[in-house]
Amino acid sequence: MNLRRTLLTTRRILEQLRHDPRTLALLLLVPTALVGLLAWSLVNRPGAFDSVGPKLLGVFPLIVMFLVTSVITLRERTVGTLERLFTLPLTKADFVAGYAIAFGALALVQSLLVSVLSYTWYGLAHQGVPWRISLVALCAGLLGTAFGLALSAVAHTEFQAVQFMPAFILPQLLLCGLVIPVSQLPSVLRAVADVLPMTAAVHAINPLESNQYYVGQFAVMLAYIFAALIVGAATLRRVTK
Amino acid sequence: MASSDQSTIDVSNLRVVRNGNEILKSISFHAVPGELIGLLGPSGSGKSTLMRSLLGVQAITGGSARIMESVAGSPALRGRLGYMAQSSAVYLDLTVEENIRYFAGVLAQPLSEVARVMDVVALTSFSQRLVSSLSGGERARVSLGVALVGSPPALILDEPTVGLDPILRRDLWRTFEGLAGTGATVIVSSHVMDEAARCARLLLLRDGTLLFDGTPTSLLAASGASGYDDAFERLIEGHQ
Repeated sequence: MNLRRTLLTTRRILEQLRHDPRTLALLLLVPTALVGLLAWSLVNRPGAFDSVGPKLLGVFPLIVMFLVTSVITLRERTVGTLERLFTLPLTKADFVAGYAIAFGALALVQSLLVSVLSYTWYGLAHQGVPWRISLVALCAGLLGTAFGLALSAVAHTEFQAVQFMPAFILPQLLLCGLVIPVSQLPSVLRAVADVLPMTAAVHAINPLESNQYYVGQFAVMLAYIFAALIVGAATLRRVTK
Repeated sequence: MASSDQSTIDVSNLRVVRNGNEILKSISFHAVPGELIGLLGPSGSGKSTLMRSLLGVQAITGGSARIMESVAGSPALRGRLGYMAQSSAVYLDLTVEENIRYFAGVLAQPLSEVARVMDVVALTSFSQRLVSSLSGGERARVSLGVALVGSPPALILDEPTVGLDPILRRDLWRTFEGLAGTGATVIVSSHVMDEAARCARLLLLRDGTLLFDGTPTSLLAASGASGYDDAFERLIEGHQ
């Protein structure tokens, strides 16, 4: 990996997004607005937003980043820019890291925006450290990016990429503890849910757990991020058969 | 034909089989620095596959392709072959300048190279325009500009003039002649036979086989035809 080429790639991706203010606005504002909508809908049930709201901070960034990354990297394949880059001295690691840093920066802005608004305007009273919730939102955004990069190798069209979203995200959404607590799932599903990245994001938001517990959940998320990035890089093919 | 130690491109018995179809059947040719070669043939004849094999992005089934003494696709060649694909292969949501600046950065070229390339492809006045707002011909020039970054010793241009107006086509061919004049090996593909007259040397490809390798005048003389379409037809008939 070459830091200069990686950062050039990051800069190029951010420039692309700068020219597409609508996408940028959707990326940053949709999760924020969704959490706001939830807070508003629960306004007559005191305490309800405090328990559900933070969990969604671990879910929305994952979904949004997953979709955007899978489509934008797929576009590099279909337009031919990826093939052109592969005739140049740019490695797969430069390419994947360039994307991870660009979208990681966006995930950071997104997570700060959504958590600051939650604690102020939306009136969140969560028995946890605010920075931990921002960190979970950031990791969730990175998870979405890393899986989006890996997926773009499997999907051949943008149409397929969009359809992978329900296939990949919705099962995790059902099992991550939002609908029913993971501890009440049938044992097989509980075993599956315990190792899913979205579950780790939701768990890491739980209040009143030990530090060791939180470190464990973050470790699961980081492991998934790195594994998905490595898969994403490994499935990029310089040469077509 | 030149000896292999000074040839830029050295292809011998190159075969490519993709999904059970033999796309290229034992292709051999050499190219030396300063040559402007037209790779002509109908669409589906294997032109793009041959070009992609030289670039190392298409796996080779048999034979060999060597470029500047390295096997096609080896890391040493990355950035030494300028490539213009049939698809524009530039970022539509970036400006002309941002596109060229990114590729120049990947190739570790100075910023002055960005200005130079935009001047060569006559896009300086468009530098701040988004590529998505440009016409097909202008996009083709952005793509060509990217291929020219760093003045690579060999250029592989896949149908760069397709769909362009005659004046623009003439200007591009003058650019290609100029590049060959500076010592670059330039291979340009086209499915328009009349473009044959622009090249110093022709390779005619049909169904993955090289039917002809020589100058345009020798093609006309050998076939006794008056035009290039006619000459190509007679070659095919003679071959069958």
